Parts: sequence; C-alpha cells; structure tokens
Amino acid sequence: MTPEVRLGGQGDRSDVGRAPHEPSELELGRRAWRRKQTTRSVLVSLASTVVFATLLVLALRASPGWARVQDSFLDPATARESLPRVLDGLWLNLRVLLAASAGVLVVALVVATLRTLRGPVFFPLRALAAGYTDLFRGTPLIIVLYVIGFGVPGLQLFGRMDAAFWGTIALVLTYSAYVAEVFRAGIDAVHPSQRLAARSLGLTHGQTMRRVVLPQAVRKVTPALMNDFVAMQKDVGLISVLGAVDAVRAAQIEVAQHYDFTPYVVAGLLFVALALPVIRLTDWYAARLRAREQMGSLV
Amino acid sequence: MSGAPPVLELRDVRCAFGDHEVLRGISLSVHRHEVVALIGASGSGKSTLLRTANLLEHIGDGQVLLAGEDISDPRVDADAVRARIGTVFQAYNLFPHLSVLDNVTLAARLVHNVPRARAEARALDLLASIGLGAKAKAFPDTLSGGQQQRVAIVRAIATEPELLLLDEITSALDPELVGEVLDLVRRLKDDGATILMATHEMAFAREVADRVVFLDQGRVCETGPAREVLGTPREPRTREFLSRVLAP
Repeated sequence: MTPEVRLGGQGDRSDVGRAPHEPSELELGRRAWRRKQTTRSVLVSLASTVVFATLLVLALRASPGWARVQDSFLDPATARESLPRVLDGLWLNLRVLLAASAGVLVVALVVATLRTLRGPVFFPLRALAAGYTDLFRGTPLIIVLYVIGFGVPGLQLFGRMDAAFWGTIALVLTYSAYVAEVFRAGIDAVHPSQRLAARSLGLTHGQTMRRVVLPQAVRKVTPALMNDFVAMQKDVGLISVLGAVDAVRAAQIEVAQHYDFTPYVVAGLLFVALALPVIRLTDWYAARLRAREQMGSLV
Repeated sequence: MSGAPPVLELRDVRCAFGDHEVLRGISLSVHRHEVVALIGASGSGKSTLLRTANLLEHIGDGQVLLAGEDISDPRVDADAVRARIGTVFQAYNLFPHLSVLDNVTLAARLVHNVPRARAEARALDLLASIGLGAKAKAFPDTLSGGQQQRVAIVRAIATEPELLLLDEITSALDPELVGEVLDLVRRLKDDGATILMATHEMAFAREVADRVVFLDQGRVCETGPAREVLGTPREPRTREFLSRVLAP
C-alpha cells in the first residue's frame, strides 16, 4: 500500500467511527486453526530441542575422557577465581572495540567513497583506495598486528604508546578494508535512477552521495556491517599478541597459575555474551527493515 | 453459466491494515471467458482486492473461491493456488537478471515442470505473436515500458492460468505505449481469457469489459454491464467519480 494523494476530499471516510466489524464464524474458525498451527510448531520445536540437547549431553558424558576434560576445562572453582581478572581484561577489549569501530566506520566510508569517484583526475585516489583494500584484505590480521605493533614504534616517530593503541590501529586498518568493500557494494546496489533523480533536482555529486545514495546504501548493508562488527568483536582478542592484558591474555595468565584451562572457557563465554546483544540486534533490525519495505504482503 | 461455479468468487471479503479497513465486505464473481473491470479512485481498494484474490494478502473475513474451491481456507496450498492464476503488475516486475525468454519460461520450468525446450518453444511463439520474438535474448531493462509490460503479460499467460489479474497495467506507461498493451489484452479476451482488471482507462473498460465494478471506500458501490455503469450510472458516487476522471 502506497500512501495515496487525496484530491478534493475524494478519500473522505464517511463512516469513520462506526462499530467495528464482528468476525464471522468462518473467520473465527480460520483464526483458531492458524493459532493451533502456531502452537503446534512451537511445541514441535521445543520437543526437538530437548531431544537434541539430551543426546548431545549423553554423548559427551559417555566419551571415555569426559572426567578429565571436565576437570581441566570446566572446573567451577577455577572459573570463579579467574572471573574478576578476565572481566578486567574484557573491559580493555570493550574499549578497544568501541574505538576501533568508530575508526573503521570513518576510514571505510572515506575509502568506499574514494573508490566510487569518477573522472580521470581522481585516478591516483581511486588506485590508492583499491590498493589499500587489496593489501589489507589479503594480509592476515596477526601479521598486521605484528608489523604495526612492533614495527611502527621502532620508527621512533611517536612517543611510547600502549600496546592496545597499536592494536587498535591494526584492527582499524584491517577491518576498514573489509567494511569499505561492504559499503561499496551498498553504494553500487542503490538503483541508478536514484542518482538521476537527485542530480536532476540540482544536487551536486557530493550532496547526492551524502543525502540520497549513502543513506540507502548503509541501510542495504547494515546486516553485513553488523556481521563484520561481531567478527571484529572477537578479533579484538588478538591484540593480546602485542602484550596488552585483555581478556584473552588475562585468561592465559590465569591458566598458567591454575594449571587448568577453565579460564579460556570463561573468556570464551564472556566473548559470546558480549556478541549476543549485537547478534540479536542485527536479527531484529533485518526483520524490521523487511517489514518496512514490504508492508502488508504475505510473500 | 449452467451450473459451473464462477472462476473467481468473492463473498463478503474484508481486509484491514491495522485500523484502516481497505475492503469492507466485497462480493463479486468473475465467470469463465468474462472480463470484469474494477474502477474507482486511488485507495478505493482495487489493488488490495486483486491481491486477496491470489493470496498475496490475508483476508480479515469472508471467502475467496477459485473455481468453487475455498482458497481462503488456511489449509490450502497457497503456492498451488497462485500457480493457477496469472498476475500482471503496474510496474511490470520483470526479473532484471533474467533474459526476456527466461522471464517467460521461469514458471513453466520451475512450477509446472515443463521441459526447457518445450517451454522455450511456446515462449518464442508467444513473443513472436506480440512482435517481440527478436527480443527473446534481451534483458528487460533494455526494452521500452510498453515492451516490458507486454513481456510481463506473456509471462503471466505462458502457463495458461485459469484467471488473469491485471493491476492497472497501463498506469506506468506513456499514452503512446498504452495502445500496444491494450491491444494485447483485447486479443487475450478474444482468445477467451478470464480477466479481472483494475484500470483507469475508462474508454478501454467500456470497450473490452463485459462488466464493470465500481469500488468506493472498500465497498462495491455499483456493478453492471460496462455500457450501463459507465454510460448511465445510477449511483451518485459513480457519477461523481466518472465526471472527475472523464473531465478534460
């Protein structure tokens, strides 16, 4: 349903406020049937989940090494003792994550925009942007971390910086390359007619990009962006290779103290807990987007 | 109509989006080989009515029957029902990533399991008959609006549906392209197609439609033979509407 333009009162609703329609027996029957179907599918999914989980637990417990694994990976006492330090480390992860996300959004948008510039004058910029995405999408993050974290400080151009600082820079460099490509895909996916309409209204190339193309592009690629965000959330843990005491490094220290792997499991669960809200948010957002674009349709 | 049920029958169909009631108890029927035109202002419920007919919209109450079978029953297989109905949209809705030929043969191959060779032979016949045989390998965006809409019509009839729903199929076209599309509809009628069409083309409705249904605010305000409803309308609302659309 598109909103209609009403001319000369032709859309007057002469009987607004009249008593609502009472559904017929037939319709009530149909609604009851649909409700029953919904209940049934909920019950079926519940039952299948219970069966599946039970089988999984039984299989685990039946395995010959279960007692040893339980002891060295799932020890409640070690978990309790290591939790505060791992949580402390996670706080660093969280701060690095926020700083890196902000950086990635800006750098990626700039790179994506550079790649869409037309005209021979912009060739060097386009080439630079293309080269950058090629290089950093191709290089393993851990190598970027080593080069940025140990190599750049060696130039002695900057004062002494935290390992977390260089880790953030490395994350921004790597993830911006991926996210820039996502943005570019979104920009390309906006129908050319939108650009035509905006330019014919007199908007400049820049205005068209900023006000018409990018908002639509970002909307199209939001689920993909959120996906990259979740991926980065756990890759933040890799800054531990530079010596930053984040959740992973804290867990490692605890492991060494307790001779028990449980702190790794604790850190893993905390990372999952950190990612869950964003994952749910992504699902919700995608559903809302779908609902808005296909209002009132069944297929 | 000796005993045979109508191809499409709506019985007191209601449909609401939130608080907004779009259809408020519509009853109408379309018989075999009959062309029925739906007219009415924007927002009167024409498009929604067509969408309830091919189950693209849940109805709030009432019944929709296809050849006597209640298709508004939630137990029916909606995909199977839609496969029996051809639909043409205002904005063509051709698949831009498929060639004209693939657009036309997609449903035959996927839904009706027609072998590719046979589906393509039939599609090429149909395309040739509307003068677009040479465009079979072209992609939709390279065609004019009128050509695209004719391809969309051919796509809808390629599977020989029992009923054809046309939703304001000329509204997005230049006046000079409207003619070629309407010519095609005229030919479909002559071939005995059963058509329910929402339209703003009053002259065309008068010429081609057997019956006209005037919708006003989600209700059937007046219905009857095209010549009567459009020539000598009984209802004041119909007269008002017609004077507005026919005024220069």
